[in-house]
Amino acid sequence: MAESNKAMSPNMTPNVTSSASPAAPAGSTTVQAARARAMEFMANRHRFRAWELLPWLVAFAAFFIFPDRMTFGSQVLIMVLFALSLDLILGYAGIVTLGHAAFFGLGAYTVALGAARLDWNEPISGLFAAAIVAGLGGLISGWFLLRYRGLTLLMLTLATGIMLMELGNYRSDISGGYDGVPGISFKPLFGVFDYDLYGRTNYLYVLVVLFVIFLLVRRIVYSPFGQTLTGIRENVRRMHAIGSPVHTRLVTAYTIAAAIAGVAGALFAQTNSYATLTVFDFDTSAKVMVMLVLGGTGRLYGAFVGAVIYMVLEDHLSKMSPAFWQFGIGLLLVVTVLFLRRGILGLFEDVAAKLFTRKAKS
Amino acid sequence: MSQTMTEQAMSSSVATAFASAVPALEVRGVNKSFGALQVARDVNLTLERGARRALIGPNGAGKTSLVNLITGVLKPSSGQVLLGGEDITSWSSAKRARRGLARTFQINQLFRGLSVLENVCLAIGERRGESYNLWRPAGSKAAVIDEALDHLNSLRLVDDALRLVRELPYGRQRLVEIAIALAQRPKVLLLDEPAAGVPSSESHLILDVVASLDPDIAILIIEHDMDVVFRFAQSITVLVAGAVLTEGSPQEILADERVRAVYLGQEADRSHG
Repeated sequence: MAESNKAMSPNMTPNVTSSASPAAPAGSTTVQAARARAMEFMANRHRFRAWELLPWLVAFAAFFIFPDRMTFGSQVLIMVLFALSLDLILGYAGIVTLGHAAFFGLGAYTVALGAARLDWNEPISGLFAAAIVAGLGGLISGWFLLRYRGLTLLMLTLATGIMLMELGNYRSDISGGYDGVPGISFKPLFGVFDYDLYGRTNYLYVLVVLFVIFLLVRRIVYSPFGQTLTGIRENVRRMHAIGSPVHTRLVTAYTIAAAIAGVAGALFAQTNSYATLTVFDFDTSAKVMVMLVLGGTGRLYGAFVGAVIYMVLEDHLSKMSPAFWQFGIGLLLVVTVLFLRRGILGLFEDVAAKLFTRKAKS
Repeated sequence: MSQTMTEQAMSSSVATAFASAVPALEVRGVNKSFGALQVARDVNLTLERGARRALIGPNGAGKTSLVNLITGVLKPSSGQVLLGGEDITSWSSAKRARRGLARTFQINQLFRGLSVLENVCLAIGERRGESYNLWRPAGSKAAVIDEALDHLNSLRLVDDALRLVRELPYGRQRLVEIAIALAQRPKVLLLDEPAAGVPSSESHLILDVVASLDPDIAILIIEHDMDVVFRFAQSITVLVAGAVLTEGSPQEILADERVRAVYLGQEADRSHG
């Protein structure tokens, strides 16, 4: 209505136009205001915020501050990526799984076996291969398993991981069994940047892969598809009632998360130059879930906070007390789950919110 | 007749007159039991286009179960459910919803952690098939937001659009239930006690909203408040112990001794005793 008024106004006398606007429905201005607010609100959901630069700056600074800890740094970034993939399904879609290591392992073994048995040593194409293999694993297992929820799903995903590990053990002629696939090597990146002894090239490589995949996940999370995942987590009955193909949505998300976990596993094998069956271990699945819960689920950066805190704590505590270090992690987990329901990142958010409102008041 | 043929026929104005003779929703001889408990016994129920029908009956009569049978949450042991003349008995709830069968829940089933606006946008996105998009930011389509605001405006929820559902008073949440259902642009709408749990001071708003819904939508309302039933409904179906006791106009139901005995009498007992 407003537009047609504007279009017509040149043909009208000013008098008519001015008398026409008060005649418009009384509610129209408030509706217009509401519309503007709604547009702003929806646009704000996915807008980049300044603080989002922070983790990347920290990761980049670490490159210069800890030049001799780059291998450890790569491990941390790999766990961030792994936790991020879990966040997509656990944090957003609400799929509780204890078998996520299966996809990490599939990715690791794809590049390890490719390098050891097929002389496929090119790292980047290896990542794609790992994503495809792990993604297929996610697609097939997800198709069957995601009909279930809760405890049943938890047990089924756990069993899938165990079965994969035992399959690898059974065919140790291929997998190398518990000795793993040792001593694999990879070609220089783009044929130019060779891996150095301190893992500095590798660190930047992992960081770039993490960054690219993070942008991808961020995009997905804020898409209409991502919204439906949140909807499924919030109320699956309502999703059925509004006509959402819930199973298809879950399988899609599960496949994407599996592919990303596969990339993380591939990076793990490339960084360490080996892969053993322990990557499939229940421990790995549990560890990544603990990281995510520590950091905060369903908020993207929770993966960063959780994985970094877990890995650094593990590193320090295990040096202080090799036998007793897990106690510290356990204690932190208890405190987080009981008192910080939204994870450590949630605590940061609350503190930041308090600081900003105080500033605004003063 | 093939599906595309049916849809074409529906869209042509010549066939509209014919189509209107086909009931919007038909329940034919539906039975359902859980072990020894029979929640539906040979239930027959028809909603014409634009129907305003109330489903009444004492507690435990199987009213919500019938809604679940119609929407596919429960599968009937025997019998058929037809939507616009098409047998949908084997369809999933989601497919039924996509074809224009919407419902509200007796107990709120909302996305509590999302804003009211997002609740409605989710339903619009599913209906428009946009929810398959993994790349475009949600909310970048003005048409979706505008439509959502239209629905919210008609339910007087615009001022709450950006608030989280869980922060709203219960009565307002009940309106969000209806807003989501309307965002599905239903042909058939099943309202399961829309004013349940709402203080009577607020329930008027909800019932005004229900009374002013699009006359083309066929509506089945489950409601306990007899004033509402008699004001709103053109026809009433009485369900007792899973079976249809009788159906008819409000006057006929009011005059029916059996209904008084099993239902109104019970209500009277409760209010006096």
